[in-house]
Amino acid sequence: MAGARVFSVSIQTADFDLGAEVAALRAADHGVGAVASFVGTVRASSDGSAVSAMELEHYPGMTEKAIEAMIDEAARRFDIRAARVVHRVGPLMPGDQIVLVAVTSAHRGQAFQACEFLMDYLKTQAPFWKKETTPQGARWVDARVADDAALARWGIEAGNVR
Amino acid sequence: MTIRVQVRYFAALREALGPSETVELPAGATLGALRDMLLSRGGRHAEALARGRALRCALDQVMSDESVPLRDGAEVAFFPPVTGG
Repeated sequence: MAGARVFSVSIQTADFDLGAEVAALRAADHGVGAVASFVGTVRASSDGSAVSAMELEHYPGMTEKAIEAMIDEAARRFDIRAARVVHRVGPLMPGDQIVLVAVTSAHRGQAFQACEFLMDYLKTQAPFWKKETTPQGARWVDARVADDAALARWGIEAGNVR
Repeated sequence: MTIRVQVRYFAALREALGPSETVELPAGATLGALRDMLLSRGGRHAEALARGRALRCALDQVMSDESVPLRDGAEVAFFPPVTGG
């Protein structure tokens, strides 16, 4: 079966199940030969400080639109069949899952590349902000130059850190 | 002629300035002119929106630069560099 292209985005407080998400993404599409996925999780330390909790803020409305535009761009650049992005917001604890990107394709090369492209894009262009609780108090996480550099590899200027 | 735009703030800017406010501007004003007007208020606005501070902006929920003209009813947002993922 060819299967219709399925691109979807969820912003949610609830946790997600990688297995269930991937199963749904490739269900009934036997043209899929490769699934690449990435899961980001909360680290218990950051810049030398212990992190006991994290709060994720976002810009409702813009977040969804921004990620949908990223998936459209990924579909223009890579031969992908389906893509799914789930990003959690609200309070999170060390070890919790934060973000899922999953992509299906006929072959692994395009799936790997599209998955990495989407993560690099999301890191610097989707309106999310992390606030960490450390022994020194709560602090907003600083954007990283390395994340802008990661997007630059794809020929896109991030402009997130100046 | 004046226009009214909704200005929204997120993360550290929201903590400093509140979640949103409505601002009146001369018709044809750019997003940069809006930032200048907010800066001219001094106080918390001058500090949070200071030039040279890493800041991003969006017009109608799309990342933007400051050169774009604003229309009546526009939604503008100012926020720190993003840190999701």
